Amino acid sequence: MDIIEKRIIEEIADLHEVPEGAYNFRINSATDSRRSTANIEIRTKEDKPGIDIIIKPGTKHESVHIPVVISETGLKEVVYNDFYIGEDSDVVIVAGCGIYNCGNQDAQHDGVHRFFVEKNARVKYVEKHYGSGTEDATGKRIMNPRTEVYMKEDTSMEMEMVQIKGVDSTFRSTLAELSAGAELTVHERLMTHEDQDAESEYTVELNGDGSSANVVSRSVARGTSHQKFISKLHGNAKCAGHSECDSIIMDGARIEAIPEITATSTDAALIHEAAIGKIAGEQITKLMTLGLTEQEAKEQIVNGFLK
Amino acid sequence: MLSVRNLSLGVRENEEDIEIIKNITLDFPDDRFIAITGPNGGGKSTLARLIAGIRTPSAGQILLDGQDITALSVTERAKLGISFAFQQPVRFKGLQVKDLIRIAAGKDLSIVDACEYLSAVGLCARDYIDREINASLSGGELKRIEIATVLARGTRISVFDEPEAGIDLWSFQNLIQVFKKMRETVKGTIIIISHQERILEIADSIVVISGGEVTDEGPRDAILPKLLGTDAALQACDRVLS
Repeated sequence: MDIIEKRIIEEIADLHEVPEGAYNFRINSATDSRRSTANIEIRTKEDKPGIDIIIKPGTKHESVHIPVVISETGLKEVVYNDFYIGEDSDVVIVAGCGIYNCGNQDAQHDGVHRFFVEKNARVKYVEKHYGSGTEDATGKRIMNPRTEVYMKEDTSMEMEMVQIKGVDSTFRSTLAELSAGAELTVHERLMTHEDQDAESEYTVELNGDGSSANVVSRSVARGTSHQKFISKLHGNAKCAGHSECDSIIMDGARIEAIPEITATSTDAALIHEAAIGKIAGEQITKLMTLGLTEQEAKEQIVNGFLK
Repeated sequence: MLSVRNLSLGVRENEEDIEIIKNITLDFPDDRFIAITGPNGGGKSTLARLIAGIRTPSAGQILLDGQDITALSVTERAKLGISFAFQQPVRFKGLQVKDLIRIAAGKDLSIVDACEYLSAVGLCARDYIDREINASLSGGELKRIEIATVLARGTRISVFDEPEAGIDLWSFQNLIQVFKKMRETVKGTIIIISHQERILEIADSIVVISGGEVTDEGPRDAILPKLLGTDAALQACDRVLS
């Protein structure tokens, strides 16, 4: 791993050294290093690129880190990672992808993640996307994550999806199916700048009684960037669903928010909220009265909003 | 010393020129507690906003120690030592109370230090320091946090625009204590826009503004007796009832 790759890993996984627990570092389409533990096994897939992560039932307070780095211009890959999360386990999974592109060809990572969450298991999943490169590089940094979550009875999944900087184009699609008593929470934070394009689509099927989903997206669009957020909540049982999309629009950006809620059960309670607006002038004024310049005030407001 | 000289602000509304501030000249001597009072719509808040730089006068000057600061921005005036507490504090999604206090203090305060300012305005710091400054806070809570940010700045001039507006009676009792304490401990000029008799009672001097003009000014003991029973100085209970 060279210095740039190390820096990217720090950015996407907050890792400064080899993590505790299980890990798999994928760098430029090859496994850089890997460790399985007594309870968490990481296996290379035989039929296609990617890995299987198998977490034994009852595994508590363990973590898996699976960062991906691309630092070669022109590299394009599709990777399939499947997570089998055993009954009664409680784990943290940190994924994330960073692309460093200093050439003139596009670099692209399309990750397909599937989670099979067995009864009573709890998962916290963190996924960060980051891109950088040299100023004169014309190659795009592209990431298209597809995430599928299959939640059995009384499971809990908390997903934190973050893309703050440097990804030119992304199409994120997330599907979740919830059985009785399953609880899904999604916090998405997104910032686009320059002429970046980001699209995110969530489909949540609330199939079991007592299931609940809370999908919250906060985003900031600057420059001439474009964002599209689609959330579809389908209440098919006695369930509770809430989706919220809150965006700050700046400069010459364009944002679309398309919430959709569908109920097929009289006991489904579904709510959606969507709001797009610029930074309120009085917020800027308030911070200026505390001594910040207009620019500093805007940065603080945006940083706070995306925190 | 902060001074305003022949300050005027006119706006055009419905094809009519309206003078909100008419040729006001006032001095705010250092280390004084000055209350500005007068009927609603008389121009008090506008004057405060002109001092903070949030609004720009159409004529006249604002001077700080003789330096003309009329053309300076809000930020520049803040850096020269002018603080302003909004009548209706602003909410921020995502920013936490500790963030705002740190920005106000202009340095990376420890949590303990940030808590001091919250305690000073009667908020249990532990319950508030991590709270987001969003719609979950009540008007009274926001107001106190607003005052805490001004305390954290600790500047030579602090302007409070109707600190009593929008808070309940219980909070109001505490608020008086906050200002009394500030009066004793903080060095600097406090300019406070208020209708409240109990705030006027602790001022060194009182300025009455009505119809965009200064209609009276002088030491508290000379002005207050004339105001009692008028709209400018209502008892807290009367205001709540009216």
